[in-house]
Amino acid sequence: MLDQNKTTRVEMDWSGPERLQMNMGPQHPSAHGVFRAIVTLEGETVVAVDAVIGYLHRCHEKLSETLTYAQYPSIASKTDYVAAMTSEFAYVLAAEEIAKFEVPKRAQYLRVICAELQRIASHLLWLGTWCMDMGGALGGGATIFLYCIRERELILDLFEALVGARLLYGFFQVGGTRYDIPDGWAQTCRETIDLIESRIDEYEQMLEDNAFFLARTQGVGTVSRDLAQDVGIAGPLLRGSGVNFDLRKNVPYSSYEDFDFTVPVETAGDCYARYKVRMVEFRQAIAIIRQALDTLPAGPISSRPALKSVAQIRIPKGEAYARVEGPRGEVGSYIISDGSAKPYRMKWRGASFSNLSILPLIIPGHKVADVVAIMGSVDPVFGEVDR
Amino acid sequence: MNAEQARASLASTFGVDVAAGVPMVVTVAPARWEELGRFAKDTVGCRFFNFLTAVDWKEQGLEVVARVDNLDDNVALMLKTKLGPGVTTCPSLTPVYQGANWMERECFDMFGIHFDNHPDLRRILLEDTWEGHPLLKSYAVDTPHPPYR
Repeated sequence: MLDQNKTTRVEMDWSGPERLQMNMGPQHPSAHGVFRAIVTLEGETVVAVDAVIGYLHRCHEKLSETLTYAQYPSIASKTDYVAAMTSEFAYVLAAEEIAKFEVPKRAQYLRVICAELQRIASHLLWLGTWCMDMGGALGGGATIFLYCIRERELILDLFEALVGARLLYGFFQVGGTRYDIPDGWAQTCRETIDLIESRIDEYEQMLEDNAFFLARTQGVGTVSRDLAQDVGIAGPLLRGSGVNFDLRKNVPYSSYEDFDFTVPVETAGDCYARYKVRMVEFRQAIAIIRQALDTLPAGPISSRPALKSVAQIRIPKGEAYARVEGPRGEVGSYIISDGSAKPYRMKWRGASFSNLSILPLIIPGHKVADVVAIMGSVDPVFGEVDR
Repeated sequence: MNAEQARASLASTFGVDVAAGVPMVVTVAPARWEELGRFAKDTVGCRFFNFLTAVDWKEQGLEVVARVDNLDDNVALMLKTKLGPGVTTCPSLTPVYQGANWMERECFDMFGIHFDNHPDLRRILLEDTWEGHPLLKSYAVDTPHPPYR
């Protein structure tokens, strides 16, 4: 029998929590790219994060000073490769603003259709990968990922029929678009978005009835309204934190004022709020595409003569900052022109760069497992962070 | 504060011409840079920090450009300050806007601008051992850098 008096209690020489520094990344499946977070842990709790970026840096801004206005739009798509249409869009808008080029109505509508299809494709990739990151909580994890990729394929097929490429398009050019839609494309597009709309209900049922999903997202990674603006995060993150601001509504460009849609706003500021905002954005994007297809005007797709040389487009002296509402928020291009065929200076305002810079401010205090959920809810694309 | 009120108060406070337009461009001396940031945030209500960057105007020196927005009243300000030829120091906006932290680090990385009072000024996109600052006009595109050539 155990003698109570003779048992010895083992005491560890442990005054206070021990801190451990750990690398998450640069090769980490939940980063969706090359991102290294040096996290300082006390037990399971993160107390500090140092974000190391730049692994994918190609110096797009220097590159753009060496490429003409005709050449760079196709390179611009390589900044945010998950939503390639968006960055091309911002670049050509800035050039058009300085030169005061008219864009035909048909081209404006085609741009809107492609930008919104891109938003759906990008959000699908976000939803699938984010839910897979949270793994076992969602019935094996990979189910919803495969569902989302299945639907994203349909949109990539549409883009392939339109421009011949599936990931990096080169669809935009200064003055209009490079291609018009082929015969039968509009009908295929309608069928595709009808199908995706019905599938979105399915995803919501899968996720919002799942107690584990709610537990992992609600109250996790909260961003206050003030902090959101102070850091300059944009898009679904900003609207998830209670700021009613959408460039398509507040500063309409490319005929967005013609379409009837609503801007979702959530006030909680947590991962779940960002999820809710993006789920409504799916449906609003579909509504915009339907209206644009219904009212697509006839006419030319570009106001500029066909390109015969790379230095054909000349932009007068001046500067402009043009921005579009991308899937991840405000994507802007600040161009300073000296009157030649190439920009004197071009600055990318990448939505992911600003969004990611909030991570060191919101992660401390969370558990390690939540880091993955928060990082996924921010939806960074490292091509755009590092440029 | 609407755009017209913002224009008038900026012009009277800083004694500079502010052209109406979207965005309104305000240029001040580097000594008043942080003060301009505070004024934009607290008085004009531009709480949204959009971006901060720099431009190399060759012999005229570097210029720092920041854009801030008032999302409620749709007022946008483009803040500019010319550092002057050969000058590479600038006051930091990090005490005013937290978003300036990474943007100023990027400016330091790409242009070699030292931001005073920045809490954590080190390279962000390039590695710490990189030589030179690529976005300067004096840095050729094909500058070799070991081990990449």
